[in-house]
Amino acid sequence: MLETVFFNLFAGLSVLSGMGVVLARNTMHSVMFLIFCFFNAAGLFFLLDAEFIGIIMILIYVGAVMVLFTFVVMMLEINTARMREGFLQYLPLGGLVAIVLLVEFISAAVSGVFSSGAMATADHLPQSVNNTVEIGQVLYTKYLLGFEIAALILLVALIGAIVLTLRTRKDAKYQKIAAQVGVRKEDRMRKVRM
Amino acid sequence: MSGWDMAAQAGIWALEILAITVPVALGVAYITYFERRVIGWVQVRKGCNRVGWAGLLQPLADGLKLVLKETIIPTTANKYLFIAAPIISLMPALVAFAVVPFGETTLFGLWDVMHVMNISNLNVGLLYIMAISSLSIYGVLMAGWASNSKYPFIGAMRATCQMISYEVSMGFGLVTVMMLAGSLNLADIVHAQQGGLLHWYMIPLFPMLIVYFISGCAETARTPFDLVETEELVSGYYTEYSGMWFATFSLAEYAAMILISLMTSILFLGGWYAPIPALDFIPGTVWLLGKTAFLIFVFIWFRATFPRYRYDQMMRLGWKVFLPWTLAWIAVVGIFIYTPGLDSIINFWMPWR
Repeated sequence: MLETVFFNLFAGLSVLSGMGVVLARNTMHSVMFLIFCFFNAAGLFFLLDAEFIGIIMILIYVGAVMVLFTFVVMMLEINTARMREGFLQYLPLGGLVAIVLLVEFISAAVSGVFSSGAMATADHLPQSVNNTVEIGQVLYTKYLLGFEIAALILLVALIGAIVLTLRTRKDAKYQKIAAQVGVRKEDRMRKVRM
Repeated sequence: MSGWDMAAQAGIWALEILAITVPVALGVAYITYFERRVIGWVQVRKGCNRVGWAGLLQPLADGLKLVLKETIIPTTANKYLFIAAPIISLMPALVAFAVVPFGETTLFGLWDVMHVMNISNLNVGLLYIMAISSLSIYGVLMAGWASNSKYPFIGAMRATCQMISYEVSMGFGLVTVMMLAGSLNLADIVHAQQGGLLHWYMIPLFPMLIVYFISGCAETARTPFDLVETEELVSGYYTEYSGMWFATFSLAEYAAMILISLMTSILFLGGWYAPIPALDFIPGTVWLLGKTAFLIFVFIWFRATFPRYRYDQMMRLGWKVFLPWTLAWIAVVGIFIYTPGLDSIINFWMPWR
């Protein structure tokens, strides 16, 4: 019973905060709503006994990705009047997408796939089962190839990002810190005989 | 579970939470006193010694002063986020204490087995600490942005860059601890270090101890990494804050400092175990808090000793020195664990294998 209450709490709050992301006038408020939404999603993972994924969700999405989001949004100069300019122009297309999505949701909800008998339900795992260990054992044996490919793709993206931003400017003054740290007394001081 | 059981459980939890937050708040108050006295001694002066005996009532006087001060909201500030920012920065600092094990007890023989003294004995405790402490950035970012003023904004920018940079090497440093302990549970990590000084992780992971502690220093923006709140920024992201809200920020900062010290003692300095097993008759909590107190002293010692880093030097230290160190040490530990012959050396620190 308590679980249902918490599920409804987390799910409801994540839907509400998701709406907040879209509806908030202020971009910064949208970002805060998105962070709150991630927290509630993490709560849903905890209810599913997936504590590792829940924590990683907070660590990666909230702790790293959203910080960079916030960072960029903070430095944007947003003119709200100009943002609302083309509202009527985009309304037909946006409305069409919204209606299609609504129809899809409703038809999925009434199709019976999500009825209480049709879904696979599992009991909670005992406390001795360690989610992190289980994930590690599967990830490094059964799914090793996929895991390594994902790692390679990330590495390529990382190097690509560095290559794209790496440019040595001739007119800027750089400091060679190794030379600064390695300086000795003799290099800087000169004895003068008076 | 009946309603009464649930009520009793909720009451116990409330008491446990109070038993941690109240000492943390008091500890913060007296760390500020301790800090002023120690820096005074380092600089050959007295420090605060006027209010009460040897100045011991000084923190209370400071607290009273801050409560009575007027809190001002700048007219151009974003009001909701301006008020939310101190709370957002204090919350993670306190919430992280939920998984910190303060020792083991049988409650004076009442229980048959040892119980770990923490609110929640989480399987992913170490990840939880990392996740929660990465949230403290938001308070700073919000404060800087919502103040709608130049210096807080620059301070918040600097704080974010600094915290993100040092979190990376901090996290990688902790990976080596996970490799040796084979667990993310903080109590298990301490148990793996049982048996005296030589079993502590500071022996095989000494570079990581240095990286973790200095990164912690940078995370909490303490001197020598206090570019976030320097004089040229008129105390950075909290320039516009006054009175109690200002106090909330410093409460969060000092609570984070206590947390880093506690975590360093738990992860590298054997947690609640004595350096010599013969000294284990002294309660483990005393040992843990003693180690923590020493590390807090080191924090203050740093502050009194080192000049502030230049910004590019700080970035270099994080990315070009600490990150390669930690990555190399992960490789070293991994090679030791899986090379036949070498694994007999590392097995000394891996009793669970």
